Amino acid sequence: MHPAAWWVWAAGVVVLAGRIHAPQALAALAVAACVLATAGRRQGAPSFAGYVALALGIVAVRVVFHVLVGIKTPTGRVLVDLPSWHPAWAPGVQLLGPVTTTGLGTAAAQGLALAVMVLAVGAAATASSPARLLRSLPAALHHLATAAVIAVGVAPSLVAAVAAARRARRLRGLTTRGPRAIAHAAVPVLADALDRALDLAASMEVRGYARRSGPGDRRVGPALAGAVLAAAVGTYGLLAGAPAYAVPALSLGAALAVAGASLAARGQARTRYREDPWGYREWCAAGAGAMTGVAGVAGLPLLATAIALLGLLALLPARLPAEVSV
Amino acid sequence: MISVERVSVTYPGQSHPAVHDVDLEIPEGELCLVVGPTGSGKSTLLRTISGLVPHFSGGTLAGRVVVAGRDTRTHRPRDLADAVGVVLQDPARGFVTETVTDELVYAMEQLGLPRAVMRTRTEEVLDLLGLADLRDAPLRDLSGGEQQRVAIGAVLTAHPQVLVLDEPTSALDPPAADDVLAALTRLVHDQGMTVVLAEHRLERVVQYADLVVAVAADGTVSHGAAGDVLGPGSAAPPLVELAAVAGWRPVPLSVRDARRRVAPLRDRLTAARTREVLPGPGRAVLTARGIQVRHRRAHAVRGVDLTLAAASVTAVMGRNGAGKSSLLWALSGAGPRSAGSVTLGPEPGQDPAALDAAAARRLVALVPQDPTDLLYLGSVGAECRAGDTQAAVAAGTCAQLLERFAGPVPAQAHPRDLSEGQRLALVLAVQLAADPLVLLLDEPTRGLDYAAKRALVAVLAQHTARGGAVLLSSHDVEFVAQCADRVVVMSDGVTVTDGPARDVLVASPTFAPQVAKVLHPVPLLTVAEVREALAAAR
Repeated sequence: MHPAAWWVWAAGVVVLAGRIHAPQALAALAVAACVLATAGRRQGAPSFAGYVALALGIVAVRVVFHVLVGIKTPTGRVLVDLPSWHPAWAPGVQLLGPVTTTGLGTAAAQGLALAVMVLAVGAAATASSPARLLRSLPAALHHLATAAVIAVGVAPSLVAAVAAARRARRLRGLTTRGPRAIAHAAVPVLADALDRALDLAASMEVRGYARRSGPGDRRVGPALAGAVLAAAVGTYGLLAGAPAYAVPALSLGAALAVAGASLAARGQARTRYREDPWGYREWCAAGAGAMTGVAGVAGLPLLATAIALLGLLALLPARLPAEVSV
Repeated sequence: MISVERVSVTYPGQSHPAVHDVDLEIPEGELCLVVGPTGSGKSTLLRTISGLVPHFSGGTLAGRVVVAGRDTRTHRPRDLADAVGVVLQDPARGFVTETVTDELVYAMEQLGLPRAVMRTRTEEVLDLLGLADLRDAPLRDLSGGEQQRVAIGAVLTAHPQVLVLDEPTSALDPPAADDVLAALTRLVHDQGMTVVLAEHRLERVVQYADLVVAVAADGTVSHGAAGDVLGPGSAAPPLVELAAVAGWRPVPLSVRDARRRVAPLRDRLTAARTREVLPGPGRAVLTARGIQVRHRRAHAVRGVDLTLAAASVTAVMGRNGAGKSSLLWALSGAGPRSAGSVTLGPEPGQDPAALDAAAARRLVALVPQDPTDLLYLGSVGAECRAGDTQAAVAAGTCAQLLERFAGPVPAQAHPRDLSEGQRLALVLAVQLAADPLVLLLDEPTRGLDYAAKRALVAVLAQHTARGGAVLLSSHDVEFVAQCADRVVVMSDGVTVTDGPARDVLVASPTFAPQVAKVLHPVPLLTVAEVREALAAAR
């Protein structure tokens, strides 16, 4: 499938998860992301388990924080009546206090919303390669893409480097736990990560990455800076619930980005070996993602959730043995 | 094709140039071999050809380098991508994409070639390097030799006139290294490609080289035909030293050339040779039974029995991925072990995995494949002091060992700035400070020059002279021939051969050192042994 399709779907789910609070809908989205990661897993994808662990950790941390310092509303059944404590050095802060079903449910739902975002991004990364997505980006974003390719490539090797540093500490007869162990492991791990990043950058450089036939266009920089500014203003407006200036700002940002990208593409003579086809499965996944996002912003959480789940239908043809999938 | 005119390179913050006043002309279609001790500026010289020095690395370049008619002062590496193909030392670190085909087309996409051309060239390169069956394979699942061939293929698709490779075979087992070298010679002979190659293990490549460039430790460079530049001395392959002993002129560079002239020498040696008395097996210091190691996906070691005798060096050989590293880690007690038992002498029954880390390292020391993993402090002196405390020995023990292994090393130097040989010596000093009985070494000769390898052989001899046992894994047959008493060959996690080094090495076509190949059937492994035998005959 086209690498962008599931990322659009994930973006829609992320937008929706930021707007809804119903735990049932959030749980459905979390399940949908897990289904995508399991059924749509590409060959050689990194493990999805890390994202699941992170998501569970987020929910747990959110609930623990609610119990410790959260504002305890007096609604709902009291589960544990902890004594509350108002420290004099932090006015307005209440430590502990009665834990109610409502409060706990709200905290869990808020944690779940963040968890769904993590799972959606993780599922998209498992289903389609971020590196291939970056290659479809317009030429103007090339330098950003270099940084992203290096980050994506180096992250898994960091995990391996941490493991190697831990094993090496045991060989020297040192403990592998505690803050000193972490501080000592950081030196070889970070040095190794830097070396790897430099090697990768050198490899991209000697293979002609970011070659251009003519001089660069000076208008590219201001156009892209303007696009980022407009997008920031528009996003703030969207989140603050002021569509009056959000919509024009976002449209301006998009227009500037397209103009900058096409200017930057002029000097570059890149070609693509394999065009990723955009077929009905891509329309299904990406379309569902886009509509999910729009419906979520428009305040139709149930409809949006249903559309997001329908997007998973794009997985179906790949599962049929008779289908020749590309 | 490549002209280097009065080039000196000085890196920022250094008082001495890394390479100094180099004048060099490499004609089209030659295979040029760059040799020299570690840290001598071989990589710097290679990087000036691709333009990475000074555009990518910084530093000052005096003089001029012209490659395929383009001056590197005005052309950045990316502008030379269609003329110079560069393969970095560790191929896996240079991969930009995830699958073989994507990696092969990457450079062509950057050059903006039409799709039909890309398809043709991809197929050509897949056939040329024997990668056709792997075209859709994920890069991370490939073996070391396959990865190296993909890395070469990924630059070949751009049809460069010059190919620059920095130690392309250092991490490979002997058959994989032969595959890569065969591919390179085919490029030179059939396609007229100019190849510049840096290598430490000269015995494998010197026979293919048209031109040898020797970089000295002070950065000065001499060049000429292989027989003239390589004298017997610090940086000579065994064949050159054998030629000196036998008085052959001109020096034969391949086993085939040497075998044509070997008859008189072989007759003298056959007459001189007396039956060697093998020492009986020593006291066992480590006994392993039924070792199994399962990683998440692979079953790396499937039931290995091994006994290490006191005062002996055992070498484990075998293909990349045969389970050698997993075995060493399992024996050390620091790595995973799914089944089997390890017991240590002298008191029987002690299992290093059951001891705590500080106690285990006093009995078994392991030097991992990348010894720098063990170093985490800012200076050599600090590492030595930490080593003394961790081993609970008198202050200064580590520093003394280091001086004995590597000569004087400045105590304030940062471990990352040391040469490969000095760094290995530092790690050995730290690990041997507690005087462990068993020393395990995983691929210790990677990146070492001949002088550093000789120093390592001496360290191992000192350790065994004190009654210690050594187990090392290596692809370097010449090194194993110099130091090992016993060789264990592993394949797919099981032991396939286990016997005295002489018997195993002489019998195997892949693991036989050059001297054994030349003198066959006389079972001598090293030039030193030949010298001894000749002296005994007189």
